[in-house]
Amino acid sequence: MLDEKIKKELIAVVGPNYFKDDAEALVTHSYDGTPMLQALPDGVIYPENTEQVSQVMKILNKHRIPVVGRGSGTNLCGGTVPINGGIVMVMHRMNRILEVDLENLTATVQPGLITKSFITHIEALGLFYPPDPSSMAISTIGGNIAECSGGLRGLKYGTTKDYVIGLEAVLASGEILRTGGKLMKDVAGYDLTKLLVGSEGTLAIITEATLKLIPPPSTKKTMLAMYKDLNEAARTVSKIIENRIIPSTLEFLDNATVRVVDDFAKLGLPLDMEAILLIEQDGDQEAVDRDISLIEAICRGENAHSVSVAESAEEALKLLTARRSAFTALARLRPTTILEDATVPRSKIAEMVMEINRIAVKHGVTICTFGHAGDGNLHPTATTDARDSEEIHRVEAAFEEIFEAAIRLGGTITGEHGVGLVKSPFLEWKVGEAGIEVMKGIKHAFDPHNLLNPGKIFAKQSRKRVVLQHG
Amino acid sequence: MAKTMERNDTAASQKEASLTKLNPLAQKLKLNLNEDQLTNCMRCGFCLPACPTFRETGLEAESPRGRIALMKAVADGIMSPDEVFEEQMNHCLGCRACEPACPADVKYGQLIEQARDAIEDHTNSHRWWVKSVRGVVFKQLFPKQNRMRLAGGALQLYQRSGLRSLARGAGLMKLFPEHLRDMEAILPDASPKGIVQRMGTHHRAKGEKIATVGMFRGCLMDVMFTETNVKTVELLSAAGFEVIIPDSQGCCGALHAHSGETSGAKKLARQNIEAFKAANVDYIVSNAGGCGAILTEYDHLLHEEAEWREDAAWFANRVIDISDLLVRHGRLPFFSELAGETNKQNKSDDAASKAAIRITYQDSCHLRNVMRSSNAPRTLMRQVEGVEFVEMHEADRCCGSAGIYNITQPEMAGQLLEHKMENANATAAHYLLTSNPGCLLQMKLGVQKHGCGTQMKVEHIVDFLHERMVEKQAASTIS
Repeated sequence: MLDEKIKKELIAVVGPNYFKDDAEALVTHSYDGTPMLQALPDGVIYPENTEQVSQVMKILNKHRIPVVGRGSGTNLCGGTVPINGGIVMVMHRMNRILEVDLENLTATVQPGLITKSFITHIEALGLFYPPDPSSMAISTIGGNIAECSGGLRGLKYGTTKDYVIGLEAVLASGEILRTGGKLMKDVAGYDLTKLLVGSEGTLAIITEATLKLIPPPSTKKTMLAMYKDLNEAARTVSKIIENRIIPSTLEFLDNATVRVVDDFAKLGLPLDMEAILLIEQDGDQEAVDRDISLIEAICRGENAHSVSVAESAEEALKLLTARRSAFTALARLRPTTILEDATVPRSKIAEMVMEINRIAVKHGVTICTFGHAGDGNLHPTATTDARDSEEIHRVEAAFEEIFEAAIRLGGTITGEHGVGLVKSPFLEWKVGEAGIEVMKGIKHAFDPHNLLNPGKIFAKQSRKRVVLQHG
Repeated sequence: MAKTMERNDTAASQKEASLTKLNPLAQKLKLNLNEDQLTNCMRCGFCLPACPTFRETGLEAESPRGRIALMKAVADGIMSPDEVFEEQMNHCLGCRACEPACPADVKYGQLIEQARDAIEDHTNSHRWWVKSVRGVVFKQLFPKQNRMRLAGGALQLYQRSGLRSLARGAGLMKLFPEHLRDMEAILPDASPKGIVQRMGTHHRAKGEKIATVGMFRGCLMDVMFTETNVKTVELLSAAGFEVIIPDSQGCCGALHAHSGETSGAKKLARQNIEAFKAANVDYIVSNAGGCGAILTEYDHLLHEEAEWREDAAWFANRVIDISDLLVRHGRLPFFSELAGETNKQNKSDDAASKAAIRITYQDSCHLRNVMRSSNAPRTLMRQVEGVEFVEMHEADRCCGSAGIYNITQPEMAGQLLEHKMENANATAAHYLLTSNPGCLLQMKLGVQKHGCGTQMKVEHIVDFLHERMVEKQAASTIS
């Protein structure tokens, strides 16, 4: 419960309609898109502008009250669950596009803007903003920046960090920080812009962002290749890259996912396929045609069971159905769906998928894997039931081993979802003791009283890594 | 301070602790709410952009994910259902646009009905007009078709006798809240004679019979839109269907089910199943999305009643909307613009711009989201020769009618309607067509309030098509 006096101070800043602490507001800000996590905040505040954010932060800083910035709450790492209580700061009211600068090809936006609305707006102007997390119909730009969201186009176009060139953010003290600008080059000191991208709300509250826009590709072609052998599919991925082709999309479905998707969408997919690759290339017509026929040849050279190239937009849509249905199909299998994002160098995809399958069998759990093969970012997805605590323990044990395997293969515990609460015990496996200490130093410099999204990224206790030997 | 609740560890103890402490409403909610469905919601948030009340308010609590979280919090004993909770459950339109958007296939419609059913047993917080409307609608009028007809007669008397002008003139209507006054003004002329009184119960197919369909006439439809029902039968007959209208059928029970009067809905379901079972029809056709949707869910409604399970499934599987039936199974008649509608001045070669009449369509939420039919009405509208169909921006979004929502929740309904009319006006259509009487009345109200002086006509798709059916060509367009 928040002290009445502090409540009054907060209401004086945002007005009575934009501070809430009734049961309804607290319960509906106690979770995000992460399964099985819930913690009630003490209040919810909806600031209208940077000045209000600054004033609110000053009050919270004075009283040492934690604050969790929140967009739409779709993250998958427990990033916006207020585990230490405090105030959830919802950025939805700050949702304007402040400027699209056609001379510099930049856009300046507020953090509460829905990603999809932004993309629709700038596409109408003939421009392109590539980051496309699958939650983009409801996720916010601010949330995407906080988590450094990826998406299907990451392989060729990079992720959110590659498009954020300037930020305005409010520090824990209430001071307003400005970084970067409409600048393609800027080496004035540490790159605070990139540091804030992916900082998961632990360093500052982002209140404005300047984003880089690029010209859109003129055409796009889609193809699908199916394999009876996982290694052949993996070799195809490597060969495409070796041949100096960077496809705009290079997605992967494993056999378990293919079966689930086919059962759900009745696509008549051959169920004995060990892997399906969905490949897209965009750009100028000539280059696209050349790349796609080269890729087709590579697929056939790697013994693909079948290769289909879409000749029309409708055909492309059909080929995309399997990949697009993956999440939906998996989500309907069991009540609880746990989607992770272990990532490895793309040359290790086959090894990683086989490790995941071995680990799933070992723990007797269902894990289907799909994801972005082109950038090594896999989504091993466990379908389970939160009410069965014995099974949940097995799922957790399996994921722990999957993270360990990813690290062993030169990968990471998270490629695009963030550390948050869920992966904090494993962070040290990736960045080492020294890495943790440096990060804690940065955290302290920004937020000395640990008020911004406390409990995230840094675990109370790191998990002891058990390196398993397999022979 | 807050505590982390990892469900696995605490759920059992919460359950035990809460059962003893819970107030009666919380206990009823706990009993009513389907635990599997509550668990199935994985809180991904994909439903948020589909939800009209979330879009209007931007508040998580006003979203399907938020409402389910509230229900689950009550079921888990984390919160006690208060007035704000009741209000939030009633603030949902029940448009169910969240269901097609949900990756996990959560049956949100069932959850909200279960919540409302529990609330209705315990609430005393309805405003006076809500109470009286509910009382009349659920207990007195809708369950009894003869009373509906009587009411229709009274309404007709009121409308024709000069009582209406007297009431309006004397300022009597001012006693009612503004939104009720608005509604009264756009009510169509009612009729005490329903379709069976007008046409009898059996109608032959024109040409070779394709199938026998039982027509669900609807209670409101049959009193307020008898003419549309008559035209529905004629359209069906022209398309090759034999039509039977079982006279023992009653109200569909949708308003009951959506408003927490489940037992009333079940009673009506049993009555209707018996009526159509006796008629032994191939299809059960509805011309109102709101009715059709609940009819397809009779199997769920009666799932606890073993002796009804088979018949309810028989019934639910046969239900189909008029547009879908025509497009998928019928011999479509030829539809063409009316004489006088052709634009002779326009010499453009482009067929669409040649058309003098532009039409647009407002989806019925339940037709689209529950019966999952959105293409068939559009296919039919595009087939009318000389008429241009333009898609309205966000035609799939609720207009705010939502059963009796526009009466019980006038503020939100009014806000939705205003935004809806911005999109409707932008189409510059001459006709706005709908597939449900509630939407039709609401859109009429919209044109009256926010039509910006346009003469946009609001019609049921059946009326529009029937008027433009070129009968003599029907036989030659057999496909």
